[in-house]
Amino acid sequence: MITAERKPFEAVYEFARRHQKILVLGCGTCVTVCMAGGEKEVDALASQITLAARQKDDNITVEKHTIERQCDQEFFDEQTSRKIKQADAVISLACGVGVQFCIECFTDSIVYPGVDTKFYGANTEQGIWAERCIGCGDCVLEKFGGLCPVARCSKSLLNGPCGGSAEGKCEVDPENIDCVWQLIYDRMEKLGRLDELELNVPANNWTAGRDGGPRKIVREDITL
Amino acid sequence: MKSESRLEKILASGQFALTGELGPPKSVDVDFIRQKAEYLKGKVDAVNITDNQTAIVRMSSFAVALILKEMHLEPTMQITCRDRNRLAIQSDVLGAAAHGIHNILCLTGDHQCFGNHTTAKNVFDIDAVQLIEMLRQMRDEKKFANGEEIKNSKKAPIKEPRIFIGAAVNPFADPLKFRATRLAKKINAGVDFVQTQCIYDMERFNEWMKQVRNRGLHEKVKILAGVTPLKSVGMAQYMRDCVAGLMVPDTYLERLSKAQDTAAEAINICVEQIHQLREIEGIAGIHLMAIEWEKKVPEIAEKANLLPRPRV
Repeated sequence: MITAERKPFEAVYEFARRHQKILVLGCGTCVTVCMAGGEKEVDALASQITLAARQKDDNITVEKHTIERQCDQEFFDEQTSRKIKQADAVISLACGVGVQFCIECFTDSIVYPGVDTKFYGANTEQGIWAERCIGCGDCVLEKFGGLCPVARCSKSLLNGPCGGSAEGKCEVDPENIDCVWQLIYDRMEKLGRLDELELNVPANNWTAGRDGGPRKIVREDITL
Repeated sequence: MKSESRLEKILASGQFALTGELGPPKSVDVDFIRQKAEYLKGKVDAVNITDNQTAIVRMSSFAVALILKEMHLEPTMQITCRDRNRLAIQSDVLGAAAHGIHNILCLTGDHQCFGNHTTAKNVFDIDAVQLIEMLRQMRDEKKFANGEEIKNSKKAPIKEPRIFIGAAVNPFADPLKFRATRLAKKINAGVDFVQTQCIYDMERFNEWMKQVRNRGLHEKVKILAGVTPLKSVGMAQYMRDCVAGLMVPDTYLERLSKAQDTAAEAINICVEQIHQLREIEGIAGIHLMAIEWEKKVPEIAEKANLLPRPRV
């Protein structure tokens, strides 16, 4: 999933106080699962803004609404459209994709980001999400026993590990980051494929990733 | 010979090499460079010039290498993959070769989080193994990383950089069993010589060298053993406690703290280490990294019977 974290309330309130009628718009998919921008978080943020406005004597009224996905046109239904248009501004709790797409759909509206979008990650333990993919556009997982050095090595080394691997941890943050090259080594050893790690991986072609410029997928078979 | 490098000639002739290291200044202080270089002149075969080591901004290794050349010292220009992509690196390699810099050492580079510009974006377009391969291809196949020939135009002659390619190896990092493989990968990429991380844990180093010899790697690459004198108790403690993977034996700490003349004892220890390393089969030289202690290099080299340096 795409993970996100709520922005500090003070930052969000700074957006809100520029307007009188605010719509807090949640997203029912990734950010709901990672508990940053779903219905619950919409409720909490709306109450927080209302309370703060009362304390500071700011004239702000807050509406709230959550749709299934803000990255897909079909979920911006008539009711949602009305609420967005009636508000002076929207604070979207969707990921960066949702916020931008909301703006694309409602070009006359002002939409603020209410969360900081983080990464593609997995929910590894309760309350913990960890990065697993950077969307490089050319999946190499098969080569490395199913562990991605592009996303999970601090230096994206394809012929790792570097000299900063100690006791299974990455020197960049030994408490929080596993050395993915240690994990790759252990996994390949278990699979009996250590000989494959002897092969030199050539310089990567980064054009499938962000370095090729903003990307687009066109599926001719389903376009109208 | 692959290049005009003096270091290459010494290693190829089977003579025991000694290289030094010089960290560029965090300013335009040329006197600082010249002073350090004077200590090393005639005492080592080549001098590594670090490339923004520990991710701290310093004068470029290219520029300092040129100053050393003016002083008739042979520089080994270090290049890391942290700050430059394959375009910038190849461009620097052409420039370095044009100025008669014959040795280039390929490194991945310390992560920027350890330096003084922690908010910077890193590059890591290629890694150290790929950097070695790129340089070897430039020299031996006379081609850029993209496969184009190294010539200025279709009709122009090929003018490739003739360089002696080095790399670093860390026998002490994990996974231990992968460390000899990592060297093998660098050899397969085309490295000519390697310098190790500074060695204090002789047992673990011997274990690594055994793996290296079992695979016959010492016959395919020149291995220079890294040595850094522990000039004070504080430095020894720092190396032991703060540098990942470095095990500094307590006996060294005890000897340094009991010594009346700490500097003299530090040199004794360093000289002992060099003698021990020289005995190990497969060691072709010493890489002496006297960090901020370059002035002691002549004394260490003398006591370790490494002077005079061979003339080639």
